[in-house]
Amino acid sequence: MRRLALALFLCLTTPVAAEDVVASLSSNAVEITTNFDGSEILIFGAVRREEPIPLNAPLEVIITVEGPSRTVAVRRKDRVFGIWANTQSYEASDAPTFYAVSTTGPFDEVLSDANDLLYGVSIPRAIPQVALGTPDQSAFSEALIRIRQDEGLYQYNEGGVILRQSTLFDTAVQLPANLVEGDYQMRIFLTRDGEVVSSSQGEITVRKVGLERLTYNLAQNQPLIYGILSLLIAIAAGWLASVFFRLVRG
Amino acid sequence: MQIYLPIAEVSVNAFLLLGIGGIVGILSGMFGVGGGFLITPLLFFVGIPPAVAVATSANQVVASSVSGVLAHLKRRSVDLKMGGVLLVGGVIGAAAGVQVFNILRQRGQVDLLVELCYVIFLGIIGSLMFVESLRALRKTRNGALPPRRKHNWVHNLPLKMKFRTSGLYISVIPPVLVGLLVGLLSAVMGVGGGFIMVPAMIYLLGMPTKVVIGTSLFQIIFVTGFATIMHATTNRTVDLILALFLLLGGVIGAQIGTQLGTKLKAEQLRILLAAIVLAVCGKIALDLLLQPSELFSLSNSLGGM
Repeated sequence: MRRLALALFLCLTTPVAAEDVVASLSSNAVEITTNFDGSEILIFGAVRREEPIPLNAPLEVIITVEGPSRTVAVRRKDRVFGIWANTQSYEASDAPTFYAVSTTGPFDEVLSDANDLLYGVSIPRAIPQVALGTPDQSAFSEALIRIRQDEGLYQYNEGGVILRQSTLFDTAVQLPANLVEGDYQMRIFLTRDGEVVSSSQGEITVRKVGLERLTYNLAQNQPLIYGILSLLIAIAAGWLASVFFRLVRG
Repeated sequence: MQIYLPIAEVSVNAFLLLGIGGIVGILSGMFGVGGGFLITPLLFFVGIPPAVAVATSANQVVASSVSGVLAHLKRRSVDLKMGGVLLVGGVIGAAAGVQVFNILRQRGQVDLLVELCYVIFLGIIGSLMFVESLRALRKTRNGALPPRRKHNWVHNLPLKMKFRTSGLYISVIPPVLVGLLVGLLSAVMGVGGGFIMVPAMIYLLGMPTKVVIGTSLFQIIFVTGFATIMHATTNRTVDLILALFLLLGGVIGAQIGTQLGTKLKAEQLRILLAAIVLAVCGKIALDLLLQPSELFSLSNSLGGM
């Protein structure tokens, strides 16, 4: 739905845009090493125009970064015979594992509700609804967003984009330590009076490297060898500790 | 120092992991329990996804048990023959337990079942051990002799076998059944089952406490080794990097624990284990009974537990 809207929008706006975005990233690849502890990516760019700056409404910039989607189960606990147990659970089939929205000002002022609906920018609009058709689906969707916001996986960063002289802009997006590997989509929107006037897209690749890569691949592709290897390491460690302590005691 | 775990896909403090491994290793060496009942909840607490925590702690328990068994072998406090008999039952039980676990997972209530299992078994075993060892402790203080081992129905069954290290001449049926029950529960609860095995060997089979610990560790190696391979091949949830840190702390802890264990009296050892078991039981029971601050929870769909 959103992808369709986006494609539609690209067809409509690209030829007639009076203002265009030229953007870049501090790095278009994030490497997860063994001591990875979160990362910061710098997104910056400029507005290119053929005409003088329109004076009717101030220019605003919205930047979103969206992580790869994965199925997530949302469960709710209820009291059953005095015990708190999971009673209901629904799956959101493609909820992004990470989603950050940075803007130049308060979200309501930089983007109109109609445009938000069209482009799927705000967190509730970007995250697919959980369990469509159930009586309390909104409670489940809200819970998904609330929990991920608490974990720093979904972020609103109002005022996080700095725009200089309606031309140059930059922002820093914090990627948390518990990052999932995959392709992260970046979107940049220029708005005036709540209406999107131009947009641009980019991609950031997040991948495990070195030992992380090796371990992950082995676990996925050669599970039996990986399992035996884990066992052997465990046995060897136990044996070595025993030998070592015997030597120490002498 | 933060460490990114490739399978769990979270970043955790390395010293925290070493500490958790160490504490569980000490318990393992002292009491002959694998420590799975403690390490799994601790890993949940530091933010490791449950499926990864269960699978990886099985691997970690293998390491601490090997380290412990080697120390016990030196002191000839492992009854290998009894261990073998227990293992026969254990493997059959574990294979059946995996099936039970899968059926319950499909019904979607496996979390609750696992928690209830913890509360019930830890509660019963913890209180029984606590009361019994308190009584034994009081008796030895009063200067009375420990009671002679009584002959009960266990000694009247057929298929008798001599267990020299334990000083027993009993039927193989009770040990096989004990192994079976422990194997079943360990597959369902994701633990080695030492906390059930140890009291069963003391009270049901009448084995001497000093032999019980080494023998329990011996059979735990095989049960958890089997579980590690199963988790690695079916769920792909064993995190080697996480296991490395846990077992580094664990093997050192197990050696310290074995030394501590020789310095304490058997009754004191049992009272201490009972207290730890009851504490974990109480914590899980409270979680079930008190209203949680967040009613909703998220889990990726492949994580069964």
